[in-house]
Formats: sequence, C-alpha cells, structure tokens
Amino acid sequence: MATSATASSAIMLTLPTDGIRQMQWRFADRYDLQMLVQSARGVARGTVAQMVASGERNSHEWTPAKNEMLEAFDRAGITAAFMEPEEGGFISGPKNLALALAAFELAWVDGGAATASLAGFLALAPIHERGTPEQSRHYKELSAPPQPGEDRKPWRGAFVLTEPIPYVGVDTGMLSGKVRIAEWREDEEPWLQVEKRGRFITNIAFANFVTAAVASDDPRIKGSCVVILEETDEGTFDHGTPTKKLVHQLSSTGDPIFNLKVPAGRIVGGYAVREGVLVPNFNHSEVIEAVFRRTRVTVGLMTAAKLLSAVEPVIRYQRGRFRGAEGAKPGTVRYEQGIQQREDALHRLVEVWATGEAAASLGFAAARLFDELDPIEKQKTAIMAERGISGGRAELKALRASEERAVALLRMSERDPRREEIAADPLVQFVLKDAEANVLCPATKLWNTGVGANMMREAVSLMGGYGITEDCPGFLASKWMDAQLEATYEGPEAVQRRQLTITMTSEVFLAQFSAWTGEMRKIAATHPGTGACTLATAMRMWQWTLEHLQKATDASGSKLYHGQRQGVTFPLADALCWLLACRYQIFDVLELERRGYADVTSGGDLAGTVRFLSELCHVQSARAAGEVSRICAELVFGYNEHPSWESEKCATCCFSASEVDELEETMPGIAAMAVDVIGPDGSHPTKAGPCAGCAGANDFLQLQNKLCSCLSGSRLAKDRAAETVSKVMIPEALDYPA
Amino acid sequence: MLHALHIVVCAGIVPDPLQTLEPVTGANGPALKNETMLPAVLDPWAASALYEGANLVAKNPGSKLWLVSMGPKAKLQQVMMTVAQKATFELVPIDSASNGFADAHATAAAVADAIEGIPGLEKTRLLIFGGWESASRGAGVTLQVVGERLGITDQFMGVDQIEMREDGSFEVLERVEGGKHQVSVCAGAPAVFGWATGNLPEPRGNPQIGMANMRTVMPALQKAKPTTLADGGLKFVSATLPSQQRQTRVVKDLAPEVIAAELVEWIGAE
Repeated sequence: MATSATASSAIMLTLPTDGIRQMQWRFADRYDLQMLVQSARGVARGTVAQMVASGERNSHEWTPAKNEMLEAFDRAGITAAFMEPEEGGFISGPKNLALALAAFELAWVDGGAATASLAGFLALAPIHERGTPEQSRHYKELSAPPQPGEDRKPWRGAFVLTEPIPYVGVDTGMLSGKVRIAEWREDEEPWLQVEKRGRFITNIAFANFVTAAVASDDPRIKGSCVVILEETDEGTFDHGTPTKKLVHQLSSTGDPIFNLKVPAGRIVGGYAVREGVLVPNFNHSEVIEAVFRRTRVTVGLMTAAKLLSAVEPVIRYQRGRFRGAEGAKPGTVRYEQGIQQREDALHRLVEVWATGEAAASLGFAAARLFDELDPIEKQKTAIMAERGISGGRAELKALRASEERAVALLRMSERDPRREEIAADPLVQFVLKDAEANVLCPATKLWNTGVGANMMREAVSLMGGYGITEDCPGFLASKWMDAQLEATYEGPEAVQRRQLTITMTSEVFLAQFSAWTGEMRKIAATHPGTGACTLATAMRMWQWTLEHLQKATDASGSKLYHGQRQGVTFPLADALCWLLACRYQIFDVLELERRGYADVTSGGDLAGTVRFLSELCHVQSARAAGEVSRICAELVFGYNEHPSWESEKCATCCFSASEVDELEETMPGIAAMAVDVIGPDGSHPTKAGPCAGCAGANDFLQLQNKLCSCLSGSRLAKDRAAETVSKVMIPEALDYPA
Repeated sequence: MLHALHIVVCAGIVPDPLQTLEPVTGANGPALKNETMLPAVLDPWAASALYEGANLVAKNPGSKLWLVSMGPKAKLQQVMMTVAQKATFELVPIDSASNGFADAHATAAAVADAIEGIPGLEKTRLLIFGGWESASRGAGVTLQVVGERLGITDQFMGVDQIEMREDGSFEVLERVEGGKHQVSVCAGAPAVFGWATGNLPEPRGNPQIGMANMRTVMPALQKAKPTTLADGGLKFVSATLPSQQRQTRVVKDLAPEVIAAELVEWIGAE
C-alpha cells in the first residue's frame, strides 16, 4: 500500500492556535467551555506558574500559598465547573469535556495543580453520580464558591477509597474501612460507627468532608457502601500526616484516620431496610465504577498536556542553543537554527509532538463520549426501572438482547430497512457507547500516562542538561516525574490493562472495531497522507492476532488467551491503545479540515496546519504499526517451541549432507537453498536449532508483509514534519514564568 | 442625586506583547507577519477604561455600558472569552484588521458610525471612554476624532480619575508632567475620556457574568459585517522593528548599595 503526502504544500506558520484546538476537540460552538479554558489558563500560567517558579513544590506541607491556589480556582470558575447553574455553576449538562479541558490547561503548567482541582470533583463525584437528590444539592451548595456578596468559605472534599495500608495486614482490593450500627432505635434513623484509614488521599489536608468507601462489619448492614463523613462529626477526623511525595506537590496527599458516628442518611445513594437489615442502595463498587470511569480520562489528558506543553520550550532551546557563542554570529545557520540544524533533534521532537497530539485526541474523544453517554445512561436506567429490573447482573442479562441487536446493526448493510429502527433504540445506543467507553477510558489512562511518561523523558533529554534542572523553561523535569504518578494513581497500569483485557473482547466492541477498520481504509482513500491505510492494516493485524490467540495453545497445550495469562492479554491491550490513539488523532485532523474550511474566519494558515497535523498522524500511525507488529509477532510465534537439533523431529525436518548432494545432482543449485543441513558426523550450523517453520501462520505473515510495505512514505512524512518544526514561528518567550 | 450614564468604551485588541511582531509589506500596504495567527489581548490602556466604566455604571443605577471593539471577528471572539468575565457590557464589534497600520481617521470614522448605530443610546448621557495610549502604535488621535465626529468637544486625556457630583457635573484628574494631575470640572455629559491607567485593579473574572454577556456577545459577533477601512491617502515608507538593545555585564559580589548607586546614575544619564 503506497501512501502519499497531502496534496497541499502549505506550511504551518505558527503553533496551533486556540481556534484550531477548538475545532479539533469539538468545542468551537461551546463558548462556556472556551471561557473555562481561558480562565483555567489564566490561573495556570499566572498563580500556579508563579508558585512553581518560587519553589512551592519543595514542601510536602499544605502551605498558605497552596491554599491561595484553591481560591484562585474558585475565582476562575474552575471549582464551579462541576456544578449546574442552579448549584452555583455556569455549565449545563454533562461536564466530562469541561473538566477535562480545565485539567488540561492546569496540567500544561503543573500536574499537582490539576490534581488538586480534580480531587475536589472526585470527592463530589460519588454524590453526584449516585447520591440522593438531597445529598447532591446539599454538598454541592456547600462546595460552590461564594457568589458576589456572599460571605462564606466553600467546603472542600476528599475521596477516600480502598487504598491498602502496607505492612498492617490489609490486602489490595479489600476495603480498609468498616461500618457498624452504633444505635438503632425503633422508628428512628440508624446511626453508624465508621472506622476508616486512608492511604495517599488527595486533598485531605484541608478537607471538610470525605466520601469514604467502607465494608460492613455488622450483620445488620449488607455489603459495602460509600459514606459521607464531615469533620464536625462526633469522633476522630484526623487529617493525618502529609505524604512525602516527590511529585505533584501542589496537591495535598496524606493518610487520614477516621472513627466517626454518623447518621445512616450519609450513605451515598440512600438505603432501604429489609427484614431488619440496612441495605445500601449502591454498594461501594457501583459508586466507584461510575466515578472512576470518568475521572481516569482526565488524568490521561493531564499527561497529554505535558507533552504538548514541551514543544514550545524545546523549540526555543534548540534554536537558541548556540547564541552567544563566539562561533555563532547572527545570520549564520548555527545562530538562527541552533541544534535544529540536526535531523535527529527535529525527528525526536516530532515524535514527542505526535504522541502528545494522539494522547490529546484519544483523551478528548473519551471525554466527549462520556458526555454523550451520560444522558443515554440515564435513559437506560429509567427504562430498566420501568421494567422492574435492578441490580448489576439482572441489568446485564436484560441488555443481552440489545447487545445482539447492536452487533447485528454493525454488520448490517447500509441499505438494510431495519437499520433505522435499531439505531433509534436507546438501549442499542447505550450498549454501543458503553462498549466503546469501557475501552476508551482505560486506554486513555493507560496509554497516555505510560507512553506519555516515556515520551516526557525524551522531551527532557532534548533540553540537554538544562532539562533536568529546576530552571528548565516549562518545568519539564517536574512534568516527567509527575507523569509517573499519573500512570499510577486512580488505578495503576496493571489495573487498566486488566480492565481492557475484558472490555476489548466484548462482542459489541469487536464488531465496532471491525467496522472501524473498514472505515479507516475509506479515510485512507481520501486522505492518504494521514497514515490511515497503515493504521487500518495494523488494526486488522491486531484483530487477527486476538482471534488467533483466543483459539491457540502454547507448546504445552495450555490455552493462550485467558485471564491469568497476562503475558498474552496485557501486551494485546497495550497494542490496542496505540491503535486507538492514532484513530482519534486522524479523526481530529479530518474534523479540523472539515470545520476549518467551512469557517471563513479560520485564516490562511489552516492548510499548513492541516498538512502538518496530518503528517504527525502519519508518523504516529507508523510508530503504532511498528508496536503492534512487534507485539503481535511475539505473541503469535513466541509460545511455539523452537525446534532443536536434538529433537526427533529434527531428523524429518532437516536434510542430511548426503541427501543434499544427491538432490544437487538432479536439481543443480538446490544445495544453496538448504539451510539446516546435518553433516555425516552429526554437525549442524551454529545456531539455536533448525529454523522454525511458519505452518499455520501464513495469514499473519502476509499481514505483516503488507504492514511493512504500508510504512512507505511514513519517514518522508516525518522529514516534512521536521522541516515545519524547524520553521514554525514561536513566541519570543514562554507565557508563564519558569 | 445619581445620574444614569451611557458609557461607551472604545477598546481595540492588540497582539499579545510576548509575540514577535514582524512588519511585512502586503498588497494593501504594511501589515504584521502572520497577523491572523497572533494571539490577542484587549489593549491594556483601553482595558483600564473598561474597568473604570464598569465601576461607574455599578455606582450609578440605570447606567449602561457598551464596548466597541475593532478587530478580526475570530480574534475578537477569543479575547471576549476572558474580557466578558470582567464586567457586564454589550459588545458592538467591528470586523476589521487590527494591525496598527490602519489610518486613525478611517478607524475613528468606523468607530463613530458604530456608536451612532447603537440603539437607545442617549447623547445627553453619553461618556466615550478609551485608552489615552495604545499598545499597537496608536496615533494618539483616534479617540479625539471619534469625539469630534460625534460632536463631543469636552475631551480629557491621560485621565486617572473621575468623580461624579450630585448635579451631574464631574471632576476629572488628568496626568501632567512630574507625576501631578490637572484637576478640571466638566458640567456633564457628553464628554470623551482617554484613560491612563486609572486607579482600579483588573476585576476578578466571574464566569457567570461571562455567560450572561455571551448571550449578546456571540450574536453580535455573528452579525458583524466585515468593514474595510479607507487608507485616506496614508502611505508608509517603511516599517521596521526597533533594534534590540542588550547591554549586559556580568559582575559578581557587588554590594546592593553600589548596585543602587549605579542604577541611579544610569537613570539620571537617561
């Protein structure tokens, strides 16, 4: 498959503007979000940057200056972004994209600041997602920033999950909190005694309330729940000692201890009493799942922001590297271009940039998807309630028919008369979006943070020794370290891989993925310069490999694809993430092109920007294809036993020297083609054994061959992107202090 | 007695001061290289006028504030995302270039026409506010010409303070040499004020004010028709950036009082 450059020869003149990003990430028509972006940027590049530059990160303690940052969030509308207008906010409807954009802007300067903003939402999220209307209204009103003329301090919250306490006998996955009945008088609300020790809890230094996950330690309480604890409750509300983090120091983290007596009305989502037992309406897993599947996307976007924020300081450093030296006089190439004379410096920066673009595209696509999913999920819940279906398993069973209809829809021809009716079914819409969201959320968290952290190291290395100092413009060294925490908190990489291994094999998702592969090929036909064809082939290879591994066994006959075999499932999950990131990166460029040319105010640089971003897609598609090819090849061949010189099979698969001599007499030249020949004395070529055959893997090898040739043009795209990087205009100085 | 005022703030947008501004000669005369891509901010001098205007409106019930701003529509939209959170106003956009090379008279004509077209504006209550200076090579005459075109001859430049009086007159402090102010008393509206920095800090952004403003800002932007400014015979012979001056000495272990003395000497020499 040959790929070609985009037809346009325009060159991008400046770094992508706000207008470009608004179109790519689909908020060009949302002035509420554009305002939020500008406000968050003001705080990030003002208050937050000044704090980082003045060394506020050097303390683990929660300082007055850090507290001022929270007030800056309030003033800028960041705190209120979580709330509805009637609750003191200014954005109506789902807010996943809004919160993602705010965190992106804050993380552009400092990940800890972004985390501090997110953690407040995280504390409220269980109440927002699963709380009773009264709980939701009460705690959001308390947490809303004061309106003009109001004199009150907003409440701050923390989310206290299940973190195990090391060395004190608590296992990962077990709740480290207990709840018992403290008092239960007839016809009165029960009182609960809650004991909870938290570990690495964000926002805890200043939290006025927490939402804590606890398990029942009393036969009169069923299962587990999330309960709201306030600092004025009777008992111990100990904020604990600060964690000595090496990263994200602008957010507060500590290990709190709670032993409090609270009314049962604090159980998030309420409860029922059945046969003398208090039954929470939602167990802690149901609450947490609803929360984390949304907030993890935002964390992934924080790392994306770091990568894109590194581009400008690196370009400035590269160009100015030799200025001031005796040999670099103004006007000379050495003076004007500095290190950017060298291809390697440009190529490496192109890779950092391309990764940042892909990560942002994946993350914002996921955030938008959750915005679309939220109302559909509510509709699904209402339909289920109408049908009298409640509980996880009963719902799953009830949705089975909708899943089958969704798969049928995906496989249906465009002209099928049933299409319209099935597509309009809200339950079908739900299962389709839910299947996609179940993959996109862990994919964003896993790929953006994991690959992002590695690429941040690359960005730091492009600044030379300067990169690893506190003086480095853009705080790149801090961002590199911070990215490592982002890969860990809210569910470390193994948790995301584990989730992906389950969700990526759902029938609905795989049917979608198959349709996406065809769709990508169609895009390639109209936009060959994006690398879409390469990506389509890599997607086909991934799906072929998954199907193969689901049936295949290893050399000892053990099944390859199953939950415990993480050596198989986890790399496949990693490979999928590379593909997804590229897919959404290409979509964002197509959207920019579609929307940009329709908008007469886009300016003359649009063609150049589309061209450059397309080339980054091509570069990233080639990198993704390489990763997928490597991972799939290892998995397809790596579990076969390598033939050995000593095995009995060797006698049948190798030629003896005398056999070769005889064949040579009738077929001259054949001796040169015989690789594995056993000599009369049993000697053999010096290697591990006879070369492995490819029986059963022809299809894979054909795909791999095709993928190799699909890479044609990708390095040319990288060369062109590098040329743009060497010429693009950047501001004279970074717009935040360093 | 308080007086309802109609305050119109004329505020252009200018490139972010951190950007490299490179003059180029295009088909229509000088322009800025990559002009459409340069991020913009509200002209800082005129921004002071906006904050002072909003303050006066808040103190005088029944008053109203308009912001007349000239610039490319997309740029205006970007700038308004921040500015609209600072004060309640109605935007009157003029979709035109904002590179600083436009003829001041043509600019003033377009601005005056826009002001004349504001529905419900009463000249007897009208105060025209703007920046005394500009961050984009201001000719220093635009505001005065706007006033003349509107028939307003009471004009004050370098204004730092206005104090409204009960009879509708007001006291104005205008900057003069030596850090002093000239005090004038004006009988009342209409008048033109070219603000210096004023005394007010930049107001805190309030997204709810921003959302309220956006209900009128966005439709106004969508309706704004492109305006071409006449050059009025203006010709630029050349346009160049001022050459950068960097006189750096590396000196170690100098006592603070010695550094201070040297600075005083240098300032004196300037």
